[in-house]
Amino acid sequence: MATNAHTGPMLKVENIHVYYGNIAAVKGISIEVNAGEIVTMIGSNGAGKSTTMRAISGLIAPRRGVIEFEGRKISGMPGHEVTALGISQSPEGRRIFGRMTVDENLDLGAFLRNDKDGIAEDREYVYGLFPRLKERIHQKAGTLSGGEQQMLAVARALMGRPRLLMLDEPSMGLAPMLVELIFNTIRQIREQGMTILLVEQNALAALDIADRAYVLESGVVKQQGSAKDLAASDDVRKAYLGG
Amino acid sequence: MSSMSQAVRGGGREWNATNVVGVALLGLIGLWILWNFIDSPTQVIQVAILGLCNGALYALIALGYTLVYGIIELINFAHGDLFMLGSVFSAMIISDWFGQETSNPTGWAVFALTFVAAMAFCAAINVSVDQLAYRRLRNAPKLAPLITAVGVSFIFQNVGIIWNGSAPKSQNAVLPGGSLEIGDVRVPWTYLFTVIITIPLLLLLTWIVQKTRQGKAMRATAQDPDAARLMGINTNRTIAFTFALGGAMAGAAAIMYLQNNGTTRYDAGFQLGLIAFTAAVLGGVGNLTGAVLGGLLIGLIQGLNDGAPHGLGQEWSQSVVFSILIALMVFRPSGILGSPTSEKV
Ligand SMILES: Nc1ncnc2c1ncn2[C@@H]1O[C@H](COP(=O)(O)OP(=O)(O)O)[C@@H](O)[C@H]1O
Ligand SMILES: [Mg+2]
Repeated sequence: MATNAHTGPMLKVENIHVYYGNIAAVKGISIEVNAGEIVTMIGSNGAGKSTTMRAISGLIAPRRGVIEFEGRKISGMPGHEVTALGISQSPEGRRIFGRMTVDENLDLGAFLRNDKDGIAEDREYVYGLFPRLKERIHQKAGTLSGGEQQMLAVARALMGRPRLLMLDEPSMGLAPMLVELIFNTIRQIREQGMTILLVEQNALAALDIADRAYVLESGVVKQQGSAKDLAASDDVRKAYLGG
Repeated sequence: MSSMSQAVRGGGREWNATNVVGVALLGLIGLWILWNFIDSPTQVIQVAILGLCNGALYALIALGYTLVYGIIELINFAHGDLFMLGSVFSAMIISDWFGQETSNPTGWAVFALTFVAAMAFCAAINVSVDQLAYRRLRNAPKLAPLITAVGVSFIFQNVGIIWNGSAPKSQNAVLPGGSLEIGDVRVPWTYLFTVIITIPLLLLLTWIVQKTRQGKAMRATAQDPDAARLMGINTNRTIAFTFALGGAMAGAAAIMYLQNNGTTRYDAGFQLGLIAFTAAVLGGVGNLTGAVLGGLLIGLIQGLNDGAPHGLGQEWSQSVVFSILIALMVFRPSGILGSPTSEKV
């Protein structure tokens, strides 16, 4: 899978500071993701999780600090170039193209590719993961239910055949049964060898699925470690797991 | 409880009242057209066709407004003046460079060449302004690019004054003169050419937006620029491409206008720009089909008003167009085809 001889972590976020105007949303966050891992960022609302994801994807440039992907500096790169390097994101709030059909949304996920056969293969793959989408191929994405839109957002990100998949709150606002479906799908995707950076409010489920985790608070990393240790830690249990 | 349901019903009635007035207005216009038609069918058909030909021109310009609005929500106030520059540019090539003064096969070849050049010229200028000015204001409040567009409009007009002089200049038409005559209905050839040239342009544009990779990028960027970037779309280049398309349409309109009207004037863009803008709003700004429909409708109404036996006459032309704009804002602010769910760009 790896296309170069790079040895360190796949993704390395080093002490980044990200601002909205004059307001600092991320104040010196460092994160690493190794190939093949699921890493999760948890933390309460406004902790800076989405902002970190947006900075990695090149949607907002960090004012300080460096982001490297497979040894190459990507901070400051425009978003479309970051995507071209192999990072896909399913953003918070789905952000699907509501006035286009399900199929067109998937097409856009594969916008940078021109391997027709590979695209067709991946299309079958994501329809296999989410059979409900297949029944709605020609439906306008805006008319899908919340759960289906979330599936589409994940499927669309997969269509880029990324090496790093970033999922920002894929279970947000979903009924418990759908949450389980999404998490099961994340497991399946991982089994295919995908590296995943996952942001979740549902800390329990996230820690259950992840290898390592970072706990964010007010724009800094409060704790980090193996997901198992963090799930057992008293601080984390009190703050995020309801005791 | 009862007061609440009453309030709800009251609200419903109010909405219906607006609807009723709107429909009544449309009905009156219909009756007025019928009255004209019964009085003088040939004349009505004649002016309706001329109006529609003009409408095709409005549609081409309206597309430039609607394309740009669709993708960056900017009302490009300079668009009419871009059209004006296109007409002065076309006249320069035809008259000054080639010295073409009559309609003959050479003249037609010069026309074809100038047609392409005018499209390229307007596209290039539109893209340059976007990259020099609007691009830097992508994250600024909406008012900043809007004011900038007003400024660009003044700059274009001043360029127009320097280039063309402050008085209107008459120019030679190089397309065949004369008219097509069917019975008593006479339509000048240049007017027909406008329609004949507009149709393939519209088809081409539709194809680009609906079917090509660039078109997909445009639609995605229009809906959600950040999500588009996540797909790997270069949104900046996509916006530039959209400006190029809109500019090219204005260039095509410019040379056709030159052939129809035989004048160049630095302030041509102000009037036509406002009419085309009204057309774009009438159709539902951001909606391509709407812009074309709006352009044709305004052309038609203007034609009837100016030339039908019971019309208000040419001196009321502008008032009628802007009355439509005002009525639209009252009765249907989102335009004929505009609705929150409809396809933009
Ligand atoms: N577009 C924005 N403009 C201004 N402030 C923002 C914007 N988006 C997020 N913020 C602020 O940045 C901080 C971090 O937000 P975010 O990264 O969305 O947190 P999380 O994803 O962890 O909930 C919050 O204080 C939030 O209010
Ligand atoms: Mg968030």
